[in-house]
Amino acid sequence: MNSIEAHNLTKKFKNVTAVDAISFHVEEGEIFAFLGPNGAGKTTTIKMLTTLLTPTAGALALNGYNPITHSNEVRRSFGIVFQDPSLDDELTAYENMEFHGVLYNVPKKIRKERIAQLLAFVELADRKNDLVKHFSGGMKRRLEIARGLLHHPKILFMDEPTLGLDPQTRNHMWKYVQDLNAQEKITVFFTTHYMEEVTRVATRVAIIDHGHMIACGSPAELQEQTKTSSLEEAFLALTGNTIRTEEADPASMMRMYRRTMKK
Amino acid sequence: MKVIYILWLRQLKRYARSKSRMIGALGQPILFLFALGFGFGPVFQKAGQGNYIQFLAPGIIGMSIIFTSIFFGIEIIWDRQFGFLKETLVAPVSRLNIMIGRTLGGATVATCQGIIVFLISLLAGFRFYDIAQLPLVFLVMMLVSILFTALGTAIASMMSDMHGFQLIMNFLVMPLFFLSGALFPLWQSDRTIIAIAQLDPLTYGVDALRALLIDMSHFGLSVDLIVLSGIAVIFLFIGSYLFSKIQV
Repeated sequence: MNSIEAHNLTKKFKNVTAVDAISFHVEEGEIFAFLGPNGAGKTTTIKMLTTLLTPTAGALALNGYNPITHSNEVRRSFGIVFQDPSLDDELTAYENMEFHGVLYNVPKKIRKERIAQLLAFVELADRKNDLVKHFSGGMKRRLEIARGLLHHPKILFMDEPTLGLDPQTRNHMWKYVQDLNAQEKITVFFTTHYMEEVTRVATRVAIIDHGHMIACGSPAELQEQTKTSSLEEAFLALTGNTIRTEEADPASMMRMYRRTMKK
Repeated sequence: MKVIYILWLRQLKRYARSKSRMIGALGQPILFLFALGFGFGPVFQKAGQGNYIQFLAPGIIGMSIIFTSIFFGIEIIWDRQFGFLKETLVAPVSRLNIMIGRTLGGATVATCQGIIVFLISLLAGFRFYDIAQLPLVFLVMMLVSILFTALGTAIASMMSDMHGFQLIMNFLVMPLFFLSGALFPLWQSDRTIIAIAQLDPLTYGVDALRALLIDMSHFGLSVDLIVLSGIAVIFLFIGSYLFSKIQV
């Protein structure tokens, strides 16, 4: 069974079409990347997949359930790490986890064990009784990942999970996620506009721009299809432009600049 | 049930942890109680209306309750801005339970605030007439708190940021407070004022508190309780409906 199936998924806001008839599927156990510049429709897609928005048109299935008609089954089956923090700053790390566990009806005994286990996994066990407002950005993100995993989800959604994190924390985070994927066979669906992340961790990638799906396949397939040697070049060949320069980090901006100059 | 409990607990923890907010919320009622109570006291007495503190204290308790509970209802906007609302909205629980948990949490805090103001008013010289009525007093406080927390939730569900907050304070909360007869005896006022006051739920809350604390009532306790319960149920329904429509 596929973890996620989307057919002609569309979302319109008044007269803006944020997501325009995209179709894709994600297999169980995959790490699937949604790559595109800001404003491409990535977050809107995640919101539709996670029951926060109702699609204007199209069909969706998560673990075989329709998010609109079976929202509770769908909600139980995924965990999510949002683009912006969604922790309660006035509560401690442990209390945030506890709150989540109760909402997802995790039995008390399992809840306790699992919280201890996950906090150790994201290396926050010694800070569990500290208020979240004293945490750094990276610690908050790690806590959110731990929280998203508390109820044993089959799919983990991550919306721009590494945005605003330093390279070291970023590496750390991906290591957790890859371990999880390997150990617990969790399907991971993440959005990003960092190419190197996609090349590094994703088994397959969908390229999305202006609400349209431009290509979908493994990074190697996309390079083969466009006869290029890197994902960046494949992206350039497919979309006709680089990932919008103002969104890229300075190093890749320099690389892109040099490449355009050479042509 | 557990979901309602954890949401309720969260509101209480947040309240207990922000000492500045707790103290800040007490400032205004204390100021009103002492400044107006002692300022207008002699005039009130001369007009043959008796002790003003006796009359004023139930009104000020009502004031602290309406301010705190509407504020807690509106807190949803904070949760939306700081992202926490999403965490509750993607969870496999009904929106109705989320709304009920939040409302009970906010209402409990508002009731506590009301009780603190009640205790302070005792320091200012307020004397209630029958200790046996106190449990019922707290029940009325809770009812009024639920009513206005639900109203706050309903309003906050329609707002996306804090810009409208001042608008609500000035055009809703303040008029509700001033027109409730909390500060002056209503039934001797102008007819129009009386007519408007009868549409204000807080009027019945303050009236019920006066009935129980100083044995003085305009509508009678049973009318007050029926009106308050009825409006609380209506606001809870409207609040739940609007809350269920929230998209983030």
